[in-house]
Amino acid sequence: MPDHVLKIDNLKIEATAYPPGEAPRRVTIVDGVSLTLEKGKVLGLIGESGAGKSTIGLSAMAYGRGGIELTGGEIHLNGREIRKAKGAVLRSLRGAEVTYVAQSAAAAFNPAKKLMEQVIEATVSHGRASRQEAKERAVDLFRKLGLPEPETFGDRYPHQVSGGQLQRAMTAMALCPQPDLVIFDEPTTALDVTTQLGVLAAIKGAIRDLGVAALYITHDLAVVAQIADDIMVLRHGKTVEYGSTRQIITEPQQDYTRALVSVTAKEHAEKTSDQPPVLQVTGLSAEYRGMGRDVLSDINIAIQPGTTLAVVGESGSGKSTLARVITGLLPQKAGQVLFDGRALSRDLKGRSREDLQELQMIYQMADTAMNPRQTVGTIIGRPLQFYFGMKGAALRDRIVQLLDEIELGAGFMDRYPAELSGGQKQRVCIARALAAKPKLIICDEVTSALDPLVAEGILQLLYDLQQREQVSYMFITHDIATVKAIADSIAVMHLGKVVRYGQKSKVLSPPFDDYTEMLLRSVPEMRLGWMEEVAQV
Amino acid sequence: MMRLPLPTLIGLFITGLFLFTAIFAPWIAPYGVSEVVGDVWEPASAEYWLGTDNIGRDLLSRMIWGGQTTIFVAIAATVVSFVTGSVLGLFAAVVGGWLDQLMSRFVDLIMAIPTLIFALVVLSVMPVTIPVLILVMGLLDSTRVFRLSRAVASDIAVMEYVESARLRGEGRAWVIFREILPNALSPLVAEAGMRFIFMVLFVSTLSFLGLGVQPPAADWGGIVKENKDGIVYGIPAALLPAVAIAALAISVNLVADWVLDRTSSLKGGRNA
Amino acid sequence: MNALVLKLLVQRIALGLLLIFLVSIMIFLGTQILPGDVAQSILGQTATPESLANLREELGLNVPPLERYLNWLGGVVRGDLGTSLTNGRDIGASIADRLGNTLFLAMWAAIISVPLAITLGLVSVLYRGRWPDKLISAVTLSAISVPEFMMSYILMYYVAVQLGWAPSVAMLNDRMSLLDKLHAISLPVAVLVMVVLAHMMRMTRAALLNVMQSAYIETAELKGLRRASVIWRHAFPNSIAPIVNVVMLNMAYLVVGVVVVEVVFVYPGMGQYLVDHVAKRDVPVVQACGLIFAAVYIFLNMFADIVSILANPRLRHPK
Repeated sequence: MPDHVLKIDNLKIEATAYPPGEAPRRVTIVDGVSLTLEKGKVLGLIGESGAGKSTIGLSAMAYGRGGIELTGGEIHLNGREIRKAKGAVLRSLRGAEVTYVAQSAAAAFNPAKKLMEQVIEATVSHGRASRQEAKERAVDLFRKLGLPEPETFGDRYPHQVSGGQLQRAMTAMALCPQPDLVIFDEPTTALDVTTQLGVLAAIKGAIRDLGVAALYITHDLAVVAQIADDIMVLRHGKTVEYGSTRQIITEPQQDYTRALVSVTAKEHAEKTSDQPPVLQVTGLSAEYRGMGRDVLSDINIAIQPGTTLAVVGESGSGKSTLARVITGLLPQKAGQVLFDGRALSRDLKGRSREDLQELQMIYQMADTAMNPRQTVGTIIGRPLQFYFGMKGAALRDRIVQLLDEIELGAGFMDRYPAELSGGQKQRVCIARALAAKPKLIICDEVTSALDPLVAEGILQLLYDLQQREQVSYMFITHDIATVKAIADSIAVMHLGKVVRYGQKSKVLSPPFDDYTEMLLRSVPEMRLGWMEEVAQV
Repeated sequence: MMRLPLPTLIGLFITGLFLFTAIFAPWIAPYGVSEVVGDVWEPASAEYWLGTDNIGRDLLSRMIWGGQTTIFVAIAATVVSFVTGSVLGLFAAVVGGWLDQLMSRFVDLIMAIPTLIFALVVLSVMPVTIPVLILVMGLLDSTRVFRLSRAVASDIAVMEYVESARLRGEGRAWVIFREILPNALSPLVAEAGMRFIFMVLFVSTLSFLGLGVQPPAADWGGIVKENKDGIVYGIPAALLPAVAIAALAISVNLVADWVLDRTSSLKGGRNA
Repeated sequence: MNALVLKLLVQRIALGLLLIFLVSIMIFLGTQILPGDVAQSILGQTATPESLANLREELGLNVPPLERYLNWLGGVVRGDLGTSLTNGRDIGASIADRLGNTLFLAMWAAIISVPLAITLGLVSVLYRGRWPDKLISAVTLSAISVPEFMMSYILMYYVAVQLGWAPSVAMLNDRMSLLDKLHAISLPVAVLVMVVLAHMMRMTRAALLNVMQSAYIETAELKGLRRASVIWRHAFPNSIAPIVNVVMLNMAYLVVGVVVVEVVFVYPGMGQYLVDHVAKRDVPVVQACGLIFAAVYIFLNMFADIVSILANPRLRHPK
């Protein structure tokens, strides 16, 4: 048996792209990647979307998703070349020597079968244990991974357990055959931050106890720093930097890695203002029709002109619902929304044009926030026409000016949204909001769908615009790092209530309430040993 | 300029040929529609390219005239179906609420009866004339267009760019015509092709059952009815319309496939 | 079975019955939509005043529409479908035999086409993009592009007339053995099978592909399971509901197809009976036949929904 479980040399992966209206062409997805993974070690693969990290991960099973082909290089698993191996050989390896944990366990489990059957399936079908042994192993793993009622957990169906539990169950499924290598493909990305910490600690504990090697794929450097021995930084399918976790985190050699390491460190000084608030929400509660319980209750917040209020919370905390109530999309049940001193009507119909113009909104998914059949010029120009009646040269000049402000330039005027990158799309949405000359912009998770460096650019742009235009932001996010970077004041939301509210410096310093403490503690920090400190696994 | 794939080109060419023949039938058809020119069921000859029919009319001419009637009725019924169905469907999706519920449930009810059966029920008391046929076929079929356009528009109506327009304070007209319609158009156009083919089959079936286009006017379903007795004597005249209908249906399908294909790739854009 | 499933089933069955009731209204209204007088349109412009009055009396046109509808519906519920205008015979008695014949024809078409369609759908998913898939695709596209009656004559011409393998007219009588009957209906069954098969196979293929593209199928493949067990253990249990839906949806083509095919092959069933009497403008017969066809169709759809409720693990095993 060789020492290394996995050895990849000069891997090349290609796919056929079918661009509309053009001849199909070959695109290279991964080029010249080499790596070695020793027994019991964990290698983190990190990079932004499209870096090829998942593709490399699956290549360790000689598997290419939808038309992806492994066209060059060598992949040795336990000393055996598998890139050119036959189907029967691959089948004997997959699910036995190498297993896989997917990002969305909810989709990766068969909805029609009980969890236990699925967890032990590969173990039994590869003859790595008898049915009875496999079940005992699974129960052990359930216990080790901190699942509730490990004896009977397997009798449930996938839809009967929570997302965090499913992710643990999928880890159990991957570990059950006692493989030599497990591929974790963003296993905690879809989870809330407080759930993520537990799952991450459970995964780390389990792979350490079993001495299994792992490829850990993620876009979050702080997460991978907690779990990996080595890290490979990928970009556009090529290796940027490959070294030990300590070296990557503390002494990054490449500019790109340095930028990734320092991305969450930026923090702006807190601003205060003694002017009357631009937005004041008092005693607000709301419910969705037919739900019978409040999704928001007794919300009291205010935003000063030229400052940013960050509303932070996990999924289901009601933070986006708050935005819907303030914009008038969901009429409140009780309470009042004062905007610039005047009370806003409960629903959209009752609001004046001035109300609508001065309160703008930017969405998380810039893709769906822009009409794909309108050009950038039309998208930005429409508020100018609609609110200010601008026409002709004046309209054009103002659009160009706005495009300059978002650092894109006049050349983008005639482009369609589909021709823009993710960051560029979000910039156009910012320009559209800005065009209305608003007093307040509600930003709903505007950086969550973006890669870290792109997100950083957007945050910087929003900050600069605030300095220049004195606009206020209500910044809705689940990401504490973003909050630290941009907020002047903070409202922490949990289960429809504001549990902590005040100036940033006050909210982020002790003494904490229980929830805020757990939330802050759960945010991965970009340093070694952080998880051991907080989780004590 | 986009290069068209070969199947689409073939589809366009054959569809175009059928339309051309239908429009210019009076100049193309060698004989009149009910002109008796020869013996009963004469075989194909230089004079009668496809032979003659059950009472000695030139079959090629009957086919050309019949094509004109069939295609004209089918197009008219498709237009009725589309205008009614898509206007009401878009309206229901944008307005929502009880009016949408009422319209949708009514459409469900009509669709609970197989279309041909309902058409037969109605035609049992209506005079069978071409305008009546077009209306009955078009209105019954508009239920399908209603469902499709409502579904497409509902999907679009919940998109954030529509919400964004509403938050801006835009009126209903802007939302329907500038935000929703441009994005709903392509799937509807592709569906129009499918509906047209369905109409061709539908009117042919009705005529064959004797409840569609009435003689002596020619249409493809009627030609089968007139010549079906020849089959048992080994005279295949009744099979000609089948060839014509199949060719038309397949070529329209090819074009519609292309429209759909192009739409979905546009939607996904570069980053899909 | 739990309370939730039971509740959904009861709701679905109630909806089906309500739908049949509403459809009876639609069918009744469908024969009343003419602005003038039904009697006038049945007899034409040349009718004498006496014959018009007689027909009005016979149709019950002298009583208000609501009362007429209630009378008709009351009859239907008691099993009395009324009498035919053209031959004065009891409609129920005329339909009984014919309904049996029609169901006989449709049943054999379904017995042959359903397993065949599912098998072909499976084959074309297994060989997706390769020649068996493309061949099946091309053949079925051609099959749905030709109306039923033309398909009938094509078969009649080649199989019955040229080859002489089957009768060109499907006559049935009581003295025939089952084998003789099957031989007699072989061509109409073949046509129905082809028409239904094409639609059903295409939709089965789409439904299966949808399942095969799920993430849990990838999970199964990455477990190193054999292709057959991926399909049998993971794809199949999740495909039951969509496939049953496809099968039932396509029974609509069978309901319509049967009408046309019976006319072509002069088969003594409901379809031919309906078409004959539409031409004769025999309104009571048309109403009765229309209601029966629609009811069959509604029951089939209801059955499909019931199967998909029962096959849904989320409903069977609630949280």
